[in-house]
Amino acid sequence: MAYSEEVLDHYENPRNVGKMDDKDENVGTGMVGAPACGDVMRLQIKVSDEGVIEDAKFKTYGCGSAIASSSLVTEWVKGMTLDQAADLKNTTISEELALPPVKIHCSVLAEDAIKAAIDDYRSKKK
Amino acid sequence: MKLPIYLDYSATTPLDPRVAEKMSQCLTLEGNFGNPASRSHLFGWKAEEAVETARRQVADLINADPREIVWTSGATESDNLAIKGVAHFYSKKGKHIITSKIEHKAVLDTCRQLEREGFEVTYLDPSKKGIITPEAVQEALRDDTILVSIMHVNNEIGVINDIEAIGEITRANKVLLHVDAAQSAGKVNIDLERFKVDLMSFSAHKVYGPKGIGALYVRRKPRVRLEAQMHGGGHERGMRSGTLATHQIVGMGEAFAIAKEEMHEDNKHLMKLRQRLWEGVKGMEEVYINGDADQRVPGNLNISFNFVEGESLLMALKDLAVSSGSACTSASLEPSYVLRALGMNDELAHSSIRFSFGRFTTDEEVDYAIDKILTAVGKLRELSPLWDMYKDGVDLEKVEWVHH
Repeated sequence: MAYSEEVLDHYENPRNVGKMDDKDENVGTGMVGAPACGDVMRLQIKVSDEGVIEDAKFKTYGCGSAIASSSLVTEWVKGMTLDQAADLKNTTISEELALPPVKIHCSVLAEDAIKAAIDDYRSKKK
Repeated sequence: MKLPIYLDYSATTPLDPRVAEKMSQCLTLEGNFGNPASRSHLFGWKAEEAVETARRQVADLINADPREIVWTSGATESDNLAIKGVAHFYSKKGKHIITSKIEHKAVLDTCRQLEREGFEVTYLDPSKKGIITPEAVQEALRDDTILVSIMHVNNEIGVINDIEAIGEITRANKVLLHVDAAQSAGKVNIDLERFKVDLMSFSAHKVYGPKGIGALYVRRKPRVRLEAQMHGGGHERGMRSGTLATHQIVGMGEAFAIAKEEMHEDNKHLMKLRQRLWEGVKGMEEVYINGDADQRVPGNLNISFNFVEGESLLMALKDLAVSSGSACTSASLEPSYVLRALGMNDELAHSSIRFSFGRFTTDEEVDYAIDKILTAVGKLRELSPLWDMYKDGVDLEKVEWVHH
């Protein structure tokens, strides 16, 4: 399969790889997917008191498109408010990365991951 | 050293230059281009002679009679002809067929078709090491069983089945045995005087011959009957009509003749390469050989790199031409059915890479591959949340995953 330049770029130079302390009150963690399905994403956000995402980190087990989708999302959400980040759509991701139809689920997973991270953060703040 | 490096000899092999040379002599007006079925002139006679020489070369490798060799377009057609041909011819005797879950699709899909036609098929489970035991075949036999079809060597994991022992059982029970030998010819000793195999499928392009040509061995004593699947001019004693492709057949003959001469040397070379690669990567944590480590062809090494997904590994190994058992490399999004049949968990199946070496693979290429693999696996594990969890002592089996 041929990969788009965007996917190759994120795959070769993934942005924001890493792990934050998931016990930190200001950190939200979203882990989606399953090893049996061939992809697992862990996406973490650090949120300021003003509700702005200051930092984002990810680690992904999965194909190149899954790695690229999560890498791209961490890049995008930095500086967004939680509401803005929650509005992120998988189609925007798949368009940016020019994902072929069989790889659309990778962008869906990335959308799920950011939503899960936001939910986790909000449930901590309740 | 030229990049990318070809380590996918189980998928196909390049022609041996000696084969290409022989084939090129059977194409143009100056060459041996005639129709082997033309009985009225020299062009036909010469072509027929070349075809019969090749038939003898193929028969010689497997210790068979040349009259037991039927030319086909490849192992897929041979499998179809053997299984459908036997099923249709002997259907009055019974409608039960035994095969295994790790056969090539050419066998499995043919069996599925026969199920749609009213046959019943038993699919045997392999052992964890990928072996179909003679005992499993024995237990599955029924009064109405007409055919057992078991592969000699598995294409993904390279494991060798004991077809000699299976043949003793099928013969004693008057059941026919078909063996797909696409991956074993020229790699494992095949002696059809000794093995009680009734039908055997071969392909040329796995043995440094051309694509588009194969053969089916059909035993004469005791005689095996087949219903033809391709009808026409009655070539190949009515079993497979169609003008014989002299150049392809000559290529297959030469490839099998070379295999007979050089199998021993080839295997020594391949064993050395396989050990070299394994020695180079086995120091990493959580690296496993899939399939039996010893009862396998020397040219195959199927490895799972746990916590790394196969397709992303292939991307990182873009200078190496290898194949993966990962879902993402297939249209189905299911990981390899062969690895799953071994009872392996899906993660390990997703993490598998098949390396297959050949006559033209060098030590230098394997060393380059080792270097690339170590770097890629290291990099992708740094990216992998599963690796983190493993390192933190989390039991991944106990995690509740959000399936999608």
